[in-house]
Amino acid sequence: MFLNSIFADPERVSRLIEIAKNSLQPLLEGAIVYTIPLTLISFICGIILAVLTALARISAIKPLQMIARIYVSAIRGTPLLVQLFIIFYGLPTVGIVIDPFPSAVIGFSLNVGAYASEIIRAAILSIPKGQWEAGYSIGMSYPQTLKRVILPQASRVSLPPLSNTFISLVKDTSLAAMILVTEMFRRAQEIAATNYEFLLLYLEVALIYWIICFLLSIVQGRLEKRLDRFVS
Amino acid sequence: MISIKGLHKQFDQLEVLKGIDLEVEKGKVVVVIGPSGSGKTTMLRCLNILETPTSGVIHIEDQSLDFNKPISKREIPPFRRLTGMVFQSYNLFPHMTALENVMEGPVTVKKNNKEEVRKKAVQLLTKVGLGDKLDYYPFQLSGGQQQRVGIARALAMEPKVMLFDEPTSALDPELVGEVLKVMKDLANEGMTMVVVTHEMRFAKEAADEVLFMDGGVIIERGKPEAIFSSPKEERTKQFLSLIQ
Ligand SMILES: Nc1ncnc2c1ncn2[C@@H]1O[C@H](COP(=O)(O)OP(=O)(O)OP(=O)(O)O)[C@@H](O)[C@H]1O
Ligand SMILES: [Mg+2]
Repeated sequence: MFLNSIFADPERVSRLIEIAKNSLQPLLEGAIVYTIPLTLISFICGIILAVLTALARISAIKPLQMIARIYVSAIRGTPLLVQLFIIFYGLPTVGIVIDPFPSAVIGFSLNVGAYASEIIRAAILSIPKGQWEAGYSIGMSYPQTLKRVILPQASRVSLPPLSNTFISLVKDTSLAAMILVTEMFRRAQEIAATNYEFLLLYLEVALIYWIICFLLSIVQGRLEKRLDRFVS
Repeated sequence: MISIKGLHKQFDQLEVLKGIDLEVEKGKVVVVIGPSGSGKTTMLRCLNILETPTSGVIHIEDQSLDFNKPISKREIPPFRRLTGMVFQSYNLFPHMTALENVMEGPVTVKKNNKEEVRKKAVQLLTKVGLGDKLDYYPFQLSGGQQQRVGIARALAMEPKVMLFDEPTSALDPELVGEVLKVMKDLANEGMTMVVVTHEMRFAKEAADEVLFMDGGVIIERGKPEAIFSSPKEERTKQFLSLIQ
């Protein structure tokens, strides 16, 4: 019925094409200026946090273990949108005011940090004990063995799940629209609010997310091949 | 060279080493035999401090660790460097080539000059017969070749004592010889070695002394000919009849 009404009206069709064309630039701009940087910065901060958290979880120091556990449990047990709202709308009531973009970075980094820490922890634990012992036996310290022997192997193991985390993050950044970051999805909302072509704009923005994620999955495949070279 | 006194090791409830006393002179090769679970691996691992003994004193070259009192973490690495460990399952670093495996210790731990380390590593790999496999990853090498890389990797740290834990028991029979040959060469060069193995041929040809362990203690020790042909203890006799 909807399609009928479109094709019955050639003027409407050309209007839709016109809107789609005109909105492409602001949407891509939203992607390039906000969505992609937000993803990259949050992912990098998140991975650093994740490695630290994973190390805390496997350390012998009980309080560190405990802090890491609580952090992971709290982040995994609460909705991402609620976390973002706490940071952006909640904290100002106790005098902590953070701009939309940094708020989003904090929220997404904390999120990636928690989820990825579980991936990295599992990857570290999957490396045979003999590898630690081989490192120690040639005189390496714990940090040396970790850096030179364990993490290079663990990163290979954790690459596929971490790429999935990354791709999910690209899509999750659309939630930043709710805390006023003018990333791609928020731009789509804003444009649609002026011309009421909601379906068109949301389909368009969906398509752009899809293309980005598709390209990323190709990169992921290549990376995995490259890292596979030292295993049979 | 090595002197162990009253070495005990307990895992939770299980006492695995029940007082080991052992002296090994410089340049001697000691072969350790004994039934499964008798504590052979645990004893080697205690020498390399991969296990922390419950009590006892270990003396190697001019250093000693007294486990009857608490020891600090910082004492372990310098002590560990006195011994080189060769594992039953090789434990090579799979993400590094043969050459990188051998260079890793001197570069990362000793912080030696990379070019000099490389030269020495090439020499070591050539010595163990792998001069043409420098850039191979472990998965591209046979078990025997991997174990020889493992020996070269341990030697690269210039240990005073080499410890071998059943270095050939994971190998196909036709690959055992090449590893034993490398070990014999080492013995002939005067390396002090403690070798857990059931390769009687190696014990007869290269060992200065054979130890028989059972139940966490050394039951009997002596020249290889003496132990193999006329063991004194009943348990040694039983064990030898099982493996020969
Ligand atoms: N980390 C550990 N925790 C608990 N028990 C252990 C541990 N390592 C070894 N054991 C136990 O200690 C005993 C001696 O083990 P060890 O590996 O030293 O024997 P072994 O003489 O080397 O035997 P094998 O010939 O089978 O290699 C075994 O009963 C084993 O189950
Ligand atoms: Mg053993």
